[in-house]
Amino acid sequence: MLSRVASSIYWMTRYLERTENVARFIDVNLHMMLDLNIEESQQWEPLIITTGDDKQFFKKYDKATQENVVNFLTFDRTNPNSILSTLKSARENARSIKEIISSEMWQQINKFYYKIQDAEKNGIAADSIYDFCNMVKTENHLFIGITDSTMHHDEGWQFARLGRHIERADKTSRILDVKYFILLEKPEDIGTPIDNIQWAALLTSASALEMYRKKFHQISPKKIAQFLVLDREFPRAIKFCIINAEQALHYITGSVLGTFQNEAERQIGKLRAQLDYADIDEIIDTGLHEYLVDSFQMQLNNVGNAINDTFFNI
Amino acid sequence: MPNMDLNNYKIENFYDEFFKEPGKPRPGASIVLERFKTLPPGELHKRQKETEARLFQMGVTFTVYGNDEGTERIFPFDIIPRIIEFNEWTNIEYGLKQRIYALNMFLDDIYNDQKIIKDGVIPKEIIQSSNCFKQRCIGLKPPKNIWAHITGTDLIRDKDGKFYVLEDNLRCPSGASYVLENRNVLKRTFPRVFEESNVMSVADYPDKLLSALQYLSPDTMSAPTVVLLTPGQYNSAYYEHSFLAQKMGIEIVEASDLIVSDGFVFMKTTKGLQKVDVIYRRIDDDFLDPQVFRPDSLLGIPGIMNVYKKGHVAIANAPGTGVADDKVVYAYVPKIIKYYMNEDPVLPNVPTYVCWEEKDLQYVLNNIKDLVVKPANESGGYGIVIGPHSSSKELEECAKKISDNPRNFIAQPTIALSRAPIFVDDHFEGRHVDLRPYILYGEEIYVLPGGLTRVALKKGSLMVNSSQGGGSKDTWVLNQKNTNYGDKR
Repeated sequence: MLSRVASSIYWMTRYLERTENVARFIDVNLHMMLDLNIEESQQWEPLIITTGDDKQFFKKYDKATQENVVNFLTFDRTNPNSILSTLKSARENARSIKEIISSEMWQQINKFYYKIQDAEKNGIAADSIYDFCNMVKTENHLFIGITDSTMHHDEGWQFARLGRHIERADKTSRILDVKYFILLEKPEDIGTPIDNIQWAALLTSASALEMYRKKFHQISPKKIAQFLVLDREFPRAIKFCIINAEQALHYITGSVLGTFQNEAERQIGKLRAQLDYADIDEIIDTGLHEYLVDSFQMQLNNVGNAINDTFFNI
Repeated sequence: MPNMDLNNYKIENFYDEFFKEPGKPRPGASIVLERFKTLPPGELHKRQKETEARLFQMGVTFTVYGNDEGTERIFPFDIIPRIIEFNEWTNIEYGLKQRIYALNMFLDDIYNDQKIIKDGVIPKEIIQSSNCFKQRCIGLKPPKNIWAHITGTDLIRDKDGKFYVLEDNLRCPSGASYVLENRNVLKRTFPRVFEESNVMSVADYPDKLLSALQYLSPDTMSAPTVVLLTPGQYNSAYYEHSFLAQKMGIEIVEASDLIVSDGFVFMKTTKGLQKVDVIYRRIDDDFLDPQVFRPDSLLGIPGIMNVYKKGHVAIANAPGTGVADDKVVYAYVPKIIKYYMNEDPVLPNVPTYVCWEEKDLQYVLNNIKDLVVKPANESGGYGIVIGPHSSSKELEECAKKISDNPRNFIAQPTIALSRAPIFVDDHFEGRHVDLRPYILYGEEIYVLPGGLTRVALKKGSLMVNSSQGGGSKDTWVLNQKNTNYGDKR
């Protein structure tokens, strides 16, 4: 497969996953605001720090009000990570490989894009942000379903799977990290009912509340972290994503799992092995934030760079 | 078809491709007309709409230049086929083979020994001053001595019913995909007519094209890797590029996918570099190799011309073929045929005044209101001035341009392009058409039966180009009766 084509497929699904997760970020923050009496800026500023866009944001806006942040994350064309921008990038990538993907996939991306454009034109009323976020999630889920049921499960499809899971792992780690920021201000709240409400909201944003309840029944921060980081079976858990990305990579190269032929396989193998033998108490001792940002996200970046060097930028 | 009074169909002072006289079809068209007559009222209209919807669904579109992202449109299509009788076709086919054969000899000569100049048949200055004459191609010996592998020659029919060559397209002619798609769509629209009419098949064009390309491969040891090189998704003909690549089962690549290394051309794949043997390029000469043609260009594949000169990769069409598209050179093609083949041209040129010659220049300036003036090096209908349809101000401007740079212009009498009926609302109306057959030059010369009939959809218009409001029709070449192979699949 041509490197350019593989790269377009990979970035198409990465951008789409990013689009979906920006909606999840907004969603998690809105959920957490309920029942909380803190200043608006305390609530919204951490969000753009977590997504890594704070510099870009303050170039354009003075204050991290809900309105500004939501604008910035939804339709701001100057923000490359806004819902509109990422979807546009996904569509540009899809357009260049129209003859490789199925026409159903292309139609779905187009439909999705036009829906977002319409929403931009009509504006989102304050009380319909939930619906908007939900629509974004559903449209991407539709795309994933269409991809799985209409595209040949060959090398190209594996690149789609690779891109999606790498992006999702990164975003789950950031959603989890949002919670860290909010708690930072008020350590005395830990373990209180408010705290539990927030954790439940976080699970909801990762579409994880019911699945979590089935497994652990009661809300416990440690178990939630364990669930979102180390679960093998929950599709938005970090470990699940890394296992899937690794499998996709080995399907592409044909080398045996547990071995490596290139830097991409070595980096992801290392990361997966770490997760295999990680323990949640250890992680919490290191500090959840430190683990997510300084260790996991850094290593995931290395994986992304290695994929780029191995397959796309030859 | 009850509300369709064919006796009202106006042929006027033109050759009509379908009707001999109002209400009376030509022999080949009668089966089609009989079939139309059996259709219930409104059915033809319904099928026209269905056909358009089908083309849109299939994404048979082209891009119109003019804004950032380009606008996609379907190439308008009329469901009434244009019909060419077998005897007429054999003459056209023979004439095209003759012309392409001679033009190839001309290209080989002009970039090597230049005998035709030395023998005084064509002035040296004309060749030297042509934009498309590439100094860097001098001394080039393309694989198998073939220069123009794919040609789309534009033919028109005058009032007298005779076909003339309007222009040669030896660079990257497009449109073959529309021929195939039009046929596919029409087969579904009128399956029964196909069964009865013995229409010659066009379905094997991609196979023939692939064979012609594979024939050029420098690597005779293994199955050649053929790729189609496109400028990218925003090119107006991108639909065609991906269509042909898909039908031939070859990779469609952009210049950045290719790289020159160790004297060969490779494409970058997820499994590493893979050697490429033959490139069917759909980009202009100027953007092939920035080291050779346009140092200011960031596009192209640096070093590819060196590989080509060494014979390690084949490129179709060969660089430099554009010189034969120059409309001044075109005026010399009858002499070129005579010179290399000692034959008279089977398909005549449209009479052409070459402004480069003083005598012609004076004639053109004096008679500009009756002539069609064309720039020598444009395609797609850009820059054409049609005398009878232009204001005196436009003609003045045009005359000034000609006087400033006579080498750049030719003029031709306005030809009364033949017409064919199109379906308008609920009745037939005549519209001007031309014909672009496709000629492949591989192990032998092959002419795709029929070709692309372009039709000027606007009433009275002579502009058939897609960029100027043109559409297309399916073109049927009728095989001789009782031969048992038609397009029935």
